[in-house]
Amino acid sequence: MRITVSGENKEVKDGITISELIEQENVETPEYVSVSVNEEFEQRANFDTKQLKEGDVVEFLYFMGGGR
Amino acid sequence: MPFTNEQLERYSRHIILKEIGVKGQKKIMNGSVLIIGAGGLGAPAALYLAAAGVGKIGIADADVVDLSNLQRQVIHTTADIGRPKVESAAETMRAINPDVEVETYHEFITSDNIMDIIRDYDFVLDGTDNFSAKFLINDACVMADKPFSHAGILRFKGQLMTVIPHESPCYRCVFKTMPPKDAIPTCRQAGVIGAMAGVIGSLQALEAVKFLTGSGDLLTGKLLTFDALTMKFHTINLPPRGEGCAVCSDHPEITELIDYEQPVCEFKPGQN
Ligand SMILES: [Zn+2]
Repeated sequence: MRITVSGENKEVKDGITISELIEQENVETPEYVSVSVNEEFEQRANFDTKQLKEGDVVEFLYFMGGGR
Repeated sequence: MPFTNEQLERYSRHIILKEIGVKGQKKIMNGSVLIIGAGGLGAPAALYLAAAGVGKIGIADADVVDLSNLQRQVIHTTADIGRPKVESAAETMRAINPDVEVETYHEFITSDNIMDIIRDYDFVLDGTDNFSAKFLINDACVMADKPFSHAGILRFKGQLMTVIPHESPCYRCVFKTMPPKDAIPTCRQAGVIGAMAGVIGSLQALEAVKFLTGSGDLLTGKLLTFDALTMKFHTINLPPRGEGCAVCSDHPEITELIDYEQPVCEFKPGQN
């Protein structure tokens, strides 16, 4: 199935979970990344169970400590 | 007090806006904003808030201006290198708009002083560069019920959210706990594009003005992210306020401020 990850169209296996996607995408600092699906914030507790659907739009949200 | 002719002219582009008008400009001039961090985010925010005529602007920072700051901290100039950032920032703000009362705090914000400092302001703007300060500002503002704007920048990305404590989700509702030391790259290690600070810091200034004037919808319950490489803004809906949050739930676990240890973002030759 096709989903959008960080603005890019990607082919992934059907029913991929958020945790699997994080691993597959080689996300930086995976233990601290937050995720939104279709502009809704996803709780970390659901990462292992939440399966993505065709057309979903996924964004990775990082801790950003910068400012000065 | 009626506006002087000079004020009418200075603020004419605000006054002409139906969302602001004479009333809104008065609110701005009677309002106060505290900017914590006179750096990348704080610099553009301070410039725009001073230009807007915010009655009282507080600026807190313990550092001095360093050459490596000038790539993005546009309130300071080359001649300011070595001066306290709060002094340099205050001088620029007063030069832009002598109407503005500027209060400087040349000190680190800690659990000991933050409550006393934020008390006198209507709105707080987090322009700090480290997670210990970001969590401290969040927790203090939640405990004091002080509305604030949180923001962070890194590389080509930035994000921000506005928090009305006990109404909208706080920083800790989203990013639960302080990441361990060195787990997350800092600007110093990873870099940041200078204009990103301008974009995000200016958005923070907009939120402060909107808060003071009551115009439009604040960025509450949402996290706005911006990626300069793809030129995309996203607005992500956040979970409801307080659900399992250690500080803003109705029965918080955290009831006292915490000073986490965390290295800062800045490269200072001869240090660390
Ligand atoms: Zn919270």
